[in-house]
This record gives sequence, C-alpha cells and structure tokens, in this order.
Amino acid sequence: MAVLTISLAGVGYRYAGATGPALLDVDLELAEGEVLGLVGASEAGKTTLCLVVSGLAPRTVGGQIRGRITLDGEDVDAWPMHRLSQRIGTGFQNPATQLSQVTSSVFEEVAFGPMNLALPRDEVVARTWTALESLRIDDLADRDPQRLSGGQQQLVALAGLLAMRPGHLVLDEPTAQLDPAGTRLVGDAIERLAADGASILVAEQKTDLLAAICSRVAVIDAGRVALVGPAADVLADPRLADFGVTEPSPVRLGRAAESAGIADARLTEALARG
Amino acid sequence: MAEGDRLTGSPTEVRGVPDFVGRPGPSAYHRLNPLTKATSATVTAIAAVAIGGLVGPIVLVTLAVIGPALAAGVLGRLVRTALLLALPIAISAFLVNLFFFPGAEQVLLRIGPITATAEGLGFALEILVRILAISGAVTLFYLTTRPADLTVDLERRGVSPRVAFVANASVQTVPAMVERAGQITAAQRARGLDTEGSVWRRVRGVVPIVGPVILGAIAEVEERTMALEARGFTRPGRRTLLWAPPDSSAQALFRWALLLGLVALIAARIAGWPS
Repeated sequence: MAVLTISLAGVGYRYAGATGPALLDVDLELAEGEVLGLVGASEAGKTTLCLVVSGLAPRTVGGQIRGRITLDGEDVDAWPMHRLSQRIGTGFQNPATQLSQVTSSVFEEVAFGPMNLALPRDEVVARTWTALESLRIDDLADRDPQRLSGGQQQLVALAGLLAMRPGHLVLDEPTAQLDPAGTRLVGDAIERLAADGASILVAEQKTDLLAAICSRVAVIDAGRVALVGPAADVLADPRLADFGVTEPSPVRLGRAAESAGIADARLTEALARG
Repeated sequence: MAEGDRLTGSPTEVRGVPDFVGRPGPSAYHRLNPLTKATSATVTAIAAVAIGGLVGPIVLVTLAVIGPALAAGVLGRLVRTALLLALPIAISAFLVNLFFFPGAEQVLLRIGPITATAEGLGFALEILVRILAISGAVTLFYLTTRPADLTVDLERRGVSPRVAFVANASVQTVPAMVERAGQITAAQRARGLDTEGSVWRRVRGVVPIVGPVILGAIAEVEERTMALEARGFTRPGRRTLLWAPPDSSAQALFRWALLLGLVALIAARIAGWPS
C-alpha cells in the first residue's frame, strides 16, 4: 500500500474580499500515521491552513488559492468537496455546530456521513458501529446528541468523521471548548487513530496536549510556516514566545528550575518524560 | 476496499440497526405514517375555513383534532399549545369583528362610540372557531410526529435530501434558538440586565438579547455549512436510509379520500352550497 500523504507546495490563500493573503508560501507534508501539530497566535492562520488542507477553502468559503496541494500524490484541485470529504475528515472547534441537528440519537448522527455517500445499508451500519467502538462511545449510541457534554459531542463529531473512513484528519482546535477531562478523551482518541495509521493535522493552543501526542509541530506566524520540526525541539524553541505561543508546562518548569539554579538531572529527566 | 480507505476495521460483533432508530410512537395515532397525519392536518385546516357556519367547524375539530388527540394521549398539551399559538390573533380577530362588523344592526352592548353587535358576535365566533381549528390541526401534527420521521418519509418518496434537511432543520432551529436565548438572558442578567417588572422594562430587556441570538445563529451558519460539507452532504443523488416509517394501502386510500373530499367540499361551496 502506498504511503498516504498530504503535501502542500508554495500554497497561498486569500479570503474573498480580503486586502491581503491569509497564507503565504506554505510548504508542508503529512505522512502516514503522523500527528502534525499546528500552533500559532490568534489570527496567525491556523484555521485558514486547516480549511485549505481540508479543501473547504476555497470550495465552500470562497477566496483564491495558489500553489499545489496533492493527496497521496494526486492533484486535488478539481476534486469536488464530497469526494475530498471521503479522504480528509475535518473537525472544528465548536462541537455543537458539527452536529447535524436533525438526528435524535448518536447512532444516527454518526451514520449521517456514510448515509450521504449512499453506501449499502449494512455498510453504513457496520461503519457506524466501528467508529463508535474505536472511540469507545458505543454506550452513547441511543443518547440524544444535543444533550451530551461538550467532550462527548466532540467525540461524536469525531466518530462521524471516522465513519467516512478518511485516510487523513484535519482537526481545528478540537479541545478549545473542552475541560481537562474532555481534552484527555480527545487526545487519547487522536493517539489511537494515529496508531491505526491515520495521518492527522491538529491545530491547537494547548501545547501540553501537542507535546503529548505529536511527532512534529509547525509554528505558523502571519500566514507563514515559521518553524517546523520534531515536537520536542519546536516546543522547546526559545523563539516560541515571539510567535505568541506558550511553551508546554514541562518546558516552562525546566526553564524556571534552571534560572533558580535547580538544574538537577533527575528533575530534568522527569520533566522531559512529562 | 476503496482508494485511500483506512480505519477499515469491523465492529467487534455483528450488530444491525439498533431498535431505538425509528422507534414507533406510543399510540396508534403516533404510529400513523407522517404523510397521513400531515394530510389530515392540512385538510382539516382548509376544510375548517371552507365549511360554512359554526356547527360544521366544531364537528370537524371534534372528529379530526380532539378525538385523535384524546386517543394519542396529548389532549392537554394540545389545548395549551394550540391556545398559546392562536390566542393573540384569535382575540384580535374576535374583538375587531365584534365591535366593527360592517352593516350590523342588532346592538348588544355599547361602550362609548363603539358597539358590540349580534351579527358581529356571530361572525367573530365563526372566525374564532376556524382559527382554533387550524391551530389545533397543526399542533396535533407537531405533537404526534417527530420531524425526522417526516423528512425520512419524504426522502423515501423521492424528495431531495437537501430539501428534506432544510425542512427538518428549520423546525429544529426553533427550540435551539429558544435555548440559546435562555442562555444569553442568564448571561445578561448576570451583567445587570433587568428582565422583570413592568411591560416596558421587559420589552427593554429583550432588546439586548435579540441581537446576540440572531447574530450567533448567523455566525454558526458558516460553521454548520462546512461541517455538513465535510460529511459529504453535497453529494448529488439520494442517500441511504436506515429505516422508513411504515405505510399501508389503507392509509394511502384514506389520504386520497381526504383530498378528494376536500376538493368536493370546495367545489360545493363555490357552487353555492348553503352555509
């Protein structure tokens, strides 16, 4: 089987009616089974990059794009959104707006996507149960999606994407509205999905989460990729603050310990382990 | 396996469509096909207007609204909801006709320059009964039919999934906006907004709530659109349905009988059938 990748080469994007570009000369690649984190200050371009990678920009939100985006080596310029959505699943910040609002059970909500693809009914049912089980929320199948907690709704939204069986996932701040327990649920789910072979781009402000689940991290600043590399290196880079990014807690604690003269080897090792 | 298919897997055990999907309603009336109930509501509403006099609409409402509501166990809720919907316009129409009916001669009551007349009272009661009949018919349908049931049935009959979705989502939006308004009201109260007291203070209290409710709903539209796109909603053609409300030839015949009966009624009225 070919290695699944998303590749962006020289990609720029301008929203309709905007005076300047929101993305400039972005080069990025996502490999099979990789979780690539995306950090940056507010309005730096994280959401825009997620929309461009997922294909929603410009297909749904309009605007102009340049550069080249390939999916598993294929140019996707001419692909309609419903074809792309079968290969790239896209999740957003607000779990409530990702629900269709026309279903009365979690099962039907997760089945919504496969139903839209006109798959055979048995296939729809099998994919739905598989998606629910992969995120360990099959016990919520009969619940009203509108009555779930934010974390549960975000997992239901994620299950709805998984039921489409995409090879890639683009998640824009999936834990933005979640409490620590909900954040852990989603983080654990992302790790399990990557272990199953999905390639995942996740934009987040929570660098602690990215430090735990990402193999690589990219920093975006003013629409450009300013830094990209192994997560441990990028998240410990002293320039992070210049880009409006808060370093993960272990890095902050390590620096505080160092400035206080408590550079103990055991402490350093413990912080590195998280 | 489709190109790029990942996370294939299979469920740990073979499970079919769970029985809570398309769960049948609690009464025989609930379990009627949604199109049958929609046809009944529509024909009742139109017939209440077409039938002349006072007795006809009352008999119609008794047979087509109150009887089924009793059988379905929703009579209490129906009366409360139908009155809530109809009373503002019903009261206005009643008073206007009672006091300002043109050409009336039998005076019942005089209040200053305006007079309540017997002819006005008769017409006002006829209007009142018709408004309540329409409200009752629509409310009975709403109380006994899940929106998803109707849209699935329409899709099964060939209506575009996009049209069916818009119809369903429009109905579901109302309770969602009511809930959002409640949340915004609570937040505004915590910031000192006064929403109690005189009518004028309550009206003033509504103003800072309306904007966030509407703007919030509009802001969500783009996110919802993208989320739907991401789940293949714009794919042309029909969707797979997990279930469909049962129908029968008897119900189909009944629907046709209602429609033909309505046409006959309207034709008779046009032809001058006495009221």
